[in-house]
Parts: sequence; structure tokens; C-alpha cells
Amino acid sequence: MLDTLRTLFLTALHAFHRRATVQYPEQQPYLPPRYRGRIILSREPDGAERCVACNLCAVACPVDCISLQKTEADGRWYPEYFRINFSRCIFCGFCEEACPTYAIQLTPDFEMSEYARPNLVYEKEDLLISGTGKYPDYSFYHVAGIPVPGKPRGASEHERPPVDLHSLLP
Amino acid sequence: MTYAAIFTIILTPVIILGLATVLTWVERRLLGLWQDRYGPNRVGPGGMFQAVADGTKILFKQDWIPPFADRSIFVAAPAIGMMTVLLSFAVIPVTMGMGIAGDMNVGLLFVLGMMGLGVYAVVLAGWSSNSKYALLGGMRAAAQMISYEVFMGLSLLGVVMMAGSFNLRAIVAAQAGLWFIIPQCLGFGVFMLAGIAETHRLPFDLPEGENELGAGFHTEYSGMKFGMFFIAEYAGIVLVSSLVTTLYLGGWRGPFLPPAMWFTLKTGVMVIFFILLRAGLPRPRYDQLMALGWKVLLPLSLFNVMATGTILMLRAS
Repeated sequence: MLDTLRTLFLTALHAFHRRATVQYPEQQPYLPPRYRGRIILSREPDGAERCVACNLCAVACPVDCISLQKTEADGRWYPEYFRINFSRCIFCGFCEEACPTYAIQLTPDFEMSEYARPNLVYEKEDLLISGTGKYPDYSFYHVAGIPVPGKPRGASEHERPPVDLHSLLP
Repeated sequence: MTYAAIFTIILTPVIILGLATVLTWVERRLLGLWQDRYGPNRVGPGGMFQAVADGTKILFKQDWIPPFADRSIFVAAPAIGMMTVLLSFAVIPVTMGMGIAGDMNVGLLFVLGMMGLGVYAVVLAGWSSNSKYALLGGMRAAAQMISYEVFMGLSLLGVVMMAGSFNLRAIVAAQAGLWFIIPQCLGFGVFMLAGIAETHRLPFDLPEGENELGAGFHTEYSGMKFGMFFIAEYAGIVLVSSLVTTLYLGGWRGPFLPPAMWFTLKTGVMVIFFILLRAGLPRPRYDQLMALGWKVLLPLSLFNVMATGTILMLRAS
């Protein structure tokens, strides 16, 4: 009986405590940069698409919500379409881990509710942003050892020029 | 019958229903206050129109009667619950002059009778739904009723003995010197517990028990029929609070303020206490409630009757 009265008294005292509620739309929560929210496709510093349609993200995805089709233009690969079904996505971030080019990234944006479920299927136009995302200086083709138009073999950063097999010099 | 009387009869249910609707908002705000959050604060200033928004929403919801339910009883049950609560208010004297039938000489018996009928609403709703969860809720309501209805009447006997009347206005008049909460503190405690159980409020909301029973006796109800149960529960809180005010807290008596203010104030404090109970206490098992009722509260209320009678006899002789 005394316990009950004490409980009631302590509960009543809570009227003078600070409220823990975050008044959401007016008061935005701080989310760390590595928060796993809405997925985007980023671009290289010079504006080209980072995604090379290697399909590693689609393979890593545990719920199979990513689908894409490769196409080739100007000697390099692009996704012809890139589709994420956000009604299935569990925001695990495996796609970001798997991506060799830092193209697919998870951002701290979580405001993506929709009235109709089909609106949650994001196409490439919805996913592709104009910036570089979390890696402002990274450019995949500048560190990868593969030749693309305008960059011959051996011109990447920290890459030695290819060995001339026919030369007798050391 | 005068126009004033007809006016009162029409106005009383309107006020009660309005009050019950607003209480749904007040309760959530107060719960929020005691649980370190806000509660509804978006619609209107401070969320005040939340009750209106909820009412509008519930009016437009599909009012579905399950094909397996006993149709006529299913429809009648919420109406019975609403009716018994509203009728009880007829005999509550707000002040000397206010109230429909405050001077009825069996006023207290009328209230007890109506409260006894009120459980039909719950039991019939549980039975006519023809669903296991609803039936269990109704059965627990019946079990709860037989354990509290007995000592609820007995706990009030002390008040009746001291006032010498079942007339609620006379009971308030008898508290001119001292509020009955002091000489009848035992009866007050027992009646409070019985009153909470009567309104199916937490911690004694066993017929509902949403985490064990789905939603209890109103599992199958939807739309405005559910709304009627909901509103009737809040009207029941106001009823029990105003009864406690009338029987133990001196009704409209008090210095400085006008009598109607005092009545409202005391009833309001009781309502807030009801909400505080909900904020703080967990729900007991229903065998625990029955054990408390039969083993503790019934002997206590009998003891209260005996002690009050003895003291009154000694004082008379």
C-alpha cells in the first residue's frame, strides 16, 4: 500500500521533470554523417557518374532491393537503369560497403515517407545527385589501373608506367 | 414541468458528453506530463482540438458488425453502457439548486442500481461479439463485478448511516461541519478502489487488458460503437469523481468561491487523481483483484459498517 502511494507520488513529481520528446518537424535531430538513411548515387569531382554497373551492391543486398542494367559508352561502363525499391530496403549499408567506386552512399536523410507504395521505387534520376557525397576528392578512374579514354595505362595516381616487354633495358 | 427543468435535462447530457470528449485530450496531455513527453500538441493551441479531430475521424470510420455476431445485442450493448452512465448523472446534485433530480430520496440507490446495470453493457458486448477475446473480456468483467459490487454498496453504508439518508443533497448537507472523508476514511478508500474497478479504469481495466486480450470486450467493435464505449468510460470517470465529491468531499461546500465552482474543482481534482493512477500503476492479475476484493476490502467495509454503527449508537445513548 505504501509502495503504491510512493509510486504515485514519484509519478506526480515527474510533472516537474524535463520532457524528453524531440519536437520533430521544428526541431531536427542531429544525425552523424555515417547515419544510414536514404541511398544516393554520387558523382566524381569532375561531374561524371561514379557507378560502373559492376552489380556488387545488388549482389550484397540481403533483401534484393537493388536492380540495375549495365551499358557501355565512350569506353567505360554505366548503369542503363538503376532502381532501388525502398519499401524493401532495410538500410543495412552492405551496398555501400561493397561498392568499389564509392558511388552508392547512405545519407543522414530519413524523411522519405510516401502515401503510395509505388512511389518508394526510386529510379536512377531520383538517386543520382550532382555532388560527390562523403568522398569529395575520390575519383575511381584516377586510382584504378584500367585505361579509359583520355587516360592511358600507367597514368593513374601512384601507378608505375607499364613495362615494355620488348625493351632490353633494365 | 418548468422550462428551466427541461433545459437542465437537455443540457446535462450535452455537457457530460462534451466533458468526456475533452477528457480524452486532457488525459493524454496529463499522461504525457507525468511520463516526460508532450502528448497531443499539434491540433489547435496546445493540441486542444485533438478531441474534435478524433471525433471527426471516428465518425467517418467504417461501422462494421461482424457476420458472426448477435446483431441486435451487439448494437444494444454500447447504448446500454452509455445510457446507464448518463442516467446516473440525473441524481448528482451540483449545487443546492443545480442538477436534474438531486433531491431524489433514493438518489444513492439509483446510482448504485445504474452502476450495477452498467456491467451488462460490458458482458453483453463480450458475449454477443462471439469472439474468444471479447468473451474472455466480458467474463473478466463479470468476475470483477461480483468482487467489487458487494463492498461498493457496503462501503457507502457508513456515509448513509451518518447522514441518515439516501438523498444525495441531504448527504452533502450533513457534511456541513466535517467532510465525511475524515470520519469515513476507510469507507472512502474502499469506495475509491471499487469506483476505479467500476469504471474499468487502470489499474483495474481487466475487461480491456489490451496486451492480453487484444482489446477485451470491445475487440470486435469499430467506429462510433467503439466510440460510445470509450466516451462512456470517460463519463464514468466524471461520474465516480462527482460521486466521491458528493459523498466524501462535501459536495459544493467551501469558502469564498461559488458552490458550483467548488463542486467542479473537487471533481476535477478527483479526475486528475484517476489519471495519475493510470500514469503510475501496473495492472494486477484478475485473481489478485478478486482476492483483494474478497479477502481485504469486503472485511474492511464490513468493519467500517460495524464501527460506524457502534460509534453512532454510543453517541446516541
